[in-house]
Amino acid sequence: MLYRETGQFKTTYAEDIAIFPIRQDRIALAVLLGIAFIGVPLLATFRIWPFGSDYLLWAILLPFLILALAAIGTNILVGYCGQISLGSGAFMAIGAYSAYKLATGVHIPFAALGFAISIPPLPVLASILLGGLMSAAAGILFGIPSLRIKGLYLAVATLAAQFFFDWAFLRLPWFTNYAPSGSVNAPELVFFGLVVRTPVERYLLCLVFVTLLAMLAKNLVRGNLGRQWMAIRDMDIAAELIGIRPLYAKLTAFAVSSFIIGVAGALWAFVYLGSWEPLAFSIDRSLELLFMVIIGGLGSIMGSFIGAAFILIAPIMLNVLPTELGLPLSTQTITHLQFIIFGSLICYLLIKEPHGFARLISIGKEKLRLWPFPY
Amino acid sequence: MRAPDADDILLQVERVALSFGGVKALRDVSFNIRKGEIRAIIGPNGAGKTSMLNVINGFYRPNHGAITFKGRTRAKMQPFEAARGGIARTFQNVALFKGMSALDNIMAGRTLKVRCGVFWQLLRFGPALAEEVEHRRKVEEIIDFLEIEAIRKVPVGRLPYGLQKRVELGRALAMEPDLLLLDEPMAGMNLEEKEDMSRFIMDVNNHFGTTIALIEHDMAVVMDLSDRVAVLDHGVKIADGTPDEVKRSQTVIDAYLGIVH
Repeated sequence: MLYRETGQFKTTYAEDIAIFPIRQDRIALAVLLGIAFIGVPLLATFRIWPFGSDYLLWAILLPFLILALAAIGTNILVGYCGQISLGSGAFMAIGAYSAYKLATGVHIPFAALGFAISIPPLPVLASILLGGLMSAAAGILFGIPSLRIKGLYLAVATLAAQFFFDWAFLRLPWFTNYAPSGSVNAPELVFFGLVVRTPVERYLLCLVFVTLLAMLAKNLVRGNLGRQWMAIRDMDIAAELIGIRPLYAKLTAFAVSSFIIGVAGALWAFVYLGSWEPLAFSIDRSLELLFMVIIGGLGSIMGSFIGAAFILIAPIMLNVLPTELGLPLSTQTITHLQFIIFGSLICYLLIKEPHGFARLISIGKEKLRLWPFPY
Repeated sequence: MRAPDADDILLQVERVALSFGGVKALRDVSFNIRKGEIRAIIGPNGAGKTSMLNVINGFYRPNHGAITFKGRTRAKMQPFEAARGGIARTFQNVALFKGMSALDNIMAGRTLKVRCGVFWQLLRFGPALAEEVEHRRKVEEIIDFLEIEAIRKVPVGRLPYGLQKRVELGRALAMEPDLLLLDEPMAGMNLEEKEDMSRFIMDVNNHFGTTIALIEHDMAVVMDLSDRVAVLDHGVKIADGTPDEVKRSQTVIDAYLGIVH
């Protein structure tokens, strides 16, 4: 009844290959974007429930958006191109520290040669995007081993990237502008003369980034490059035979993925954290992103959003629930329970649906189209 | 059937030898494929047929010998360079992209024909969209030709074996190849499916004028379809000629039935 495509005829191939060929999906997306771009800021500005305090924006929506973006990047590499990576955290860090260096001005003295390279401080937007590009370059570099090694062995190689950059940003004081504590502060967020300060402004800024990059990523994965990535993932020998160069396909996946993760890293540092240490981008972050794409759905842009929401919100819910129910549990017990329940929930989900939430949704849609008939 | 031109040689294999350690897979094999013909390569198991295709394809590098394709002789070649040159291939065990739909599999076969760069693909607007639609139109022609309209959006992993073989043929056709290598296209098929596949192979040869090299174990199919047959046994070419000549050859009969020592 509600989700039927009866009567929606496609008369051109362009209509058939649109992002959302079914009208109901387009309406749902429009509503969602309307709520995100207009509804949430309005409610938050006038402090209407559930935005009475900034908690929902600060602690949930902002990290959700940025981590969803990073998950999209991870998904391009792991889900679409099939190259397992444990270095996502490192690429976030590269994005963050490159953006920081560029925003505060770069000075590289070549004492022996008697000259120095100096770049004056760049605007924030340029810094963030260039930070993404630096991350893409590092991604290409650490993607080169993928031409020789596959699967878990590649995962170990990307782990090397993670540990190397963790070490570099912690131990090389040049990256932190010789800050004695090792912690650095983001520059003031000025975009074309507008200063981004309040949570609502920060939220909108991230929303614009996420919407644009998600759309571009979606375009890529359903175009020819996306098909090349998936071909390499599913059967690399046959892919070569139809003229796909493994070098090109794998390195573009590494580049695009690292760019998106790098931008997410810069946003995480500049917009969400404000001041940060290398610990913010440790191996835990890499694993978290990997869980997000596995639970959300490998090879699905929408799955990245769902996975990010689940990994982020489920622990918070588990934390809040016992108190809300009035159970007399100590904080420590709640924390332990949270780990136990969260872990078993992930196991259960992966046994029930190894392809993640995205597959569950597409199965649900198929069933809805035929409802009330079973087939 | 198109009459192949006897002088117009598309692919020439000269004294190709290939060995894996002590195993000699191919020993000084020479043969040619004429433009427009259906050329069968047969032989008992382990005769080196698939190795021969892999050499033509660039997967294996021969120890010595030369391959001349479209007048160009080459020593070594990467598989994607073979694809660029116009050689397409299907596999003995279906090698489709399991996670993608039948449509996407065949669309992937158009990769070499894509002209728009990554930037335009990113925007998917204007020329990029127009090109995508144009490729889709070509692919739909192939889907129409292979009669797989109903399954175009089904992930190929869910399809029965016979249809997977058909989609794989479609992916090879999408490349618009000059030379199509088919490695046991009828393996594991029932009679009806074999008849369908034979019809497709003949239609490809007739309508598109594609030259086809075919490895097949079903002798009835080979003798009906092919213009010329080369017979390999233990890496040596033991016979070459029209189906009738090969059928009468005593060495071929011995190779298949064994000889009393």
